[in-house]
Amino acid sequence: MSPINQYVVFKLNKENYGVPIEHVETVEKLTEITRVPNAPHYINGVMNLRGEVIPVMDLRKRFDLEHISTTDDSRIIVLSLDEISVGILTDSCSEVIALDKGQIDKTYNLTIPLEDDYVEGIGKLNERMIIILDIPKLLINNMDT
Amino acid sequence: MDMAQYMQIFIEESRENLQDMNSNLLYLEDNPEDTNTLNNIFRVAHTLKGMSATMGFNNVTHLTHEMENILDHIRKDNMKVNVNIIDLLFQCFDKLEGYIGNIENYGHEGGEATELINKLHSVKPGDTARATCNKNHITDQNAENSSKPTVQLNEYVNNVVSVAIKDGLNVNLIKISLDDGCVLKSARAYVVINTLEKFTDIIHSNPSIEEIEDEIFGLSFELVVISEKDNKFIRKELNNISEIESIEIIPLSRENIKISQDIPIIGSMDSNDTKNKGNEDGGITDKKTRTSKTVRVDIDRLDNLMNLVSELIIIKTRLEGIDEDKKRQNANEAIEYLERITTSLHDAVMKVRMVPIERVFNRFPRMVRDLSKELGKNITLIMSGEETEVDRTVVDEIGDPLIHLIRNSIDHGIEKTEKRMESGKEKTGTVKLVAYPDGNNVVIEVEDDGGGIDVERVKKKAVERGIVTHEEVQLMDDKESIQLLFNPGFSTVDAVSDISGRGVGLDVVKTKIESLGGVVEADSCQGKGTKFIIRLPLTLAIIQALLVVVGTEKYAIPLNSIKEITTIKESNIRRVQDSEVVLYRGSTLPILRLSKLLNVPNTKELHKDVDKEVVVVIVKKGEKDAGLIVDSLIGQQEIVIKSLGKYLLNIPLIAGATILGNGLIALIVDINSYFKFIGGEII
Repeated sequence: MSPINQYVVFKLNKENYGVPIEHVETVEKLTEITRVPNAPHYINGVMNLRGEVIPVMDLRKRFDLEHISTTDDSRIIVLSLDEISVGILTDSCSEVIALDKGQIDKTYNLTIPLEDDYVEGIGKLNERMIIILDIPKLLINNMDT
Repeated sequence: MDMAQYMQIFIEESRENLQDMNSNLLYLEDNPEDTNTLNNIFRVAHTLKGMSATMGFNNVTHLTHEMENILDHIRKDNMKVNVNIIDLLFQCFDKLEGYIGNIENYGHEGGEATELINKLHSVKPGDTARATCNKNHITDQNAENSSKPTVQLNEYVNNVVSVAIKDGLNVNLIKISLDDGCVLKSARAYVVINTLEKFTDIIHSNPSIEEIEDEIFGLSFELVVISEKDNKFIRKELNNISEIESIEIIPLSRENIKISQDIPIIGSMDSNDTKNKGNEDGGITDKKTRTSKTVRVDIDRLDNLMNLVSELIIIKTRLEGIDEDKKRQNANEAIEYLERITTSLHDAVMKVRMVPIERVFNRFPRMVRDLSKELGKNITLIMSGEETEVDRTVVDEIGDPLIHLIRNSIDHGIEKTEKRMESGKEKTGTVKLVAYPDGNNVVIEVEDDGGGIDVERVKKKAVERGIVTHEEVQLMDDKESIQLLFNPGFSTVDAVSDISGRGVGLDVVKTKIESLGGVVEADSCQGKGTKFIIRLPLTLAIIQALLVVVGTEKYAIPLNSIKEITTIKESNIRRVQDSEVVLYRGSTLPILRLSKLLNVPNTKELHKDVDKEVVVVIVKKGEKDAGLIVDSLIGQQEIVIKSLGKYLLNIPLIAGATILGNGLIALIVDINSYFKFIGGEII
């Protein structure tokens, strides 16, 4: 494996987050979302992505951040892991960056891993801090509950 | 990798050949002298041998080769067909089926069938030289297999281990087996590895980390770790991770490490070598190839499909042209034409998905044979309607429930031979398996001429088990009582047998069939036999549904579960304990408010207008009815069922979703689960 990985960077509550590009299927503008009753609270509903039904997760709710209404900049990043596809609702998304492993600090050195720890590491790029999300944990933990 | 495209063909053809072998073996058993059948089996074994040799599945080749030898002896009259040989051949058949299954699921065949090949050798008359030669080969294999807890490491890793042992560190081989139901294996493994990395050094893994990341492994993997912590600590840490079936921690010393040259240090580019060393009972772990489901399609049907698509293209150009001459008439005509084509296209595609139910039925003769031998009952299986076509999905799912019903019939239904003679029946019991299309449904019947269901005993049992009360049971007629069999936790046979009678039987069958959108009922005449009738919809993907509005949301209710639609006055709804009912046509009808169940926001529930009429959709499940209150109706529509995806599995009350004409999604309500909702309160 090459030591340099690419990450799709998005903004949420003024912080930069990154997800590994191989898990990103597509980035979509906001479309109509149909509410799914009795789904976990952080699932806004399902959307129609070219004939496929994709659940949309509100990351602000997932990370217990304050709720704001969506804007024109809001984007849904469709992540895929094996046969699971889930869209995550983000404040904006505009760039792809490359980081090598040395630029990412593992978090378990910094924090005690909690149940709600979806962070794989902190990437540093020219004084910017990018929170790298752990996709498997983000998408699996739902199934345990 | 370049083999991948042939893999699917190989698996399909092997399955066909095995099916062929199965029916021929069954026939040979009854007609041991029939050389024609023998030749057929020989030919099939030979084909399999050739195919597997081409694909490099040596164990399949080996086994079929040995089978050929036996068959050849029989052909040359050196040997007679007897029960032993048939049983042996069936064992070979099972093993071959296992191999093919492994290939399909894991991408490699699994270990060699040494025991079976030994047996094959033992029945062989003469030909000693070869046999011994082969036996040597076998003992070699065994020797290799018996040194089980050792681990093969390359020299570099081995050195690290030696140093670690010298330094007094703990070196452990950790075998992790993931849970069967584990959805994201690689991610789970990743969590395990991450956990271990906090306090250990992982120096070796089998399969390699890369392969684990790419999910190229079965359910288990092995790691060699060096740590200051002891086994207990490691186990405790690992136990915190869910979805792990078992953890085995084996301390390593210098003795149980084998140096092997052929394991490369990093990863394993060509892991074939190591794979083949997996032994028979636990070796099938690595590499899961995803072979997709396929359907063999009649070329005529494809042609038909092609024709329809070309018509679709024609109509497309016609619609494009309409804009220019702007004639309303033309537009309407074109749209009608388009409608006709889409309907035919739907039909054609559905037909492509259809496969004859024979695929499921084929395995039953063998099963009945084995069971009747095991139980010492004489049983013939009569099958008809194998050519009936059903949707591919149904074929995949219907197998288990049918097996269950047939086992039930044989185990509980058909009496012991002596008892049959006493009651003046034929000595041989009969199980009939019939399939036929009926309108938009397919009906499958499992019928036996056994003792029938003792209604009184069923009633007694149901009261004992607390399924119904004594009073209720008095009011039930025979038919209703028989339906009690489908209750969870019901089994009338007192002794639990191997075959059935664990009390989990019929309700599982029922749940499965209902999940396919079908119904199952039982009919029995004491002393004469029992009949189970399964009704399944022809297709699952496209259904007729009623679209309704609740609050601001739209929902689809499958038409086949709707009994009628009516309006009732809000004032007629009565509250009984915690549930609402209405008196409708002389009987009470439980009322459910869809807006409440689905937590629909912004419904004006509070200011109930007493005189207002509400729309009630009366839905049915079996004999039970319930009324669903909705805000308004949109109309009937053909909808395509889509699942909500793996991430949102098991959302209660929702069966799936569909995409409406305007691109929006409407959810399909799961009527069956509504009855669970009222179940406790109504009965």
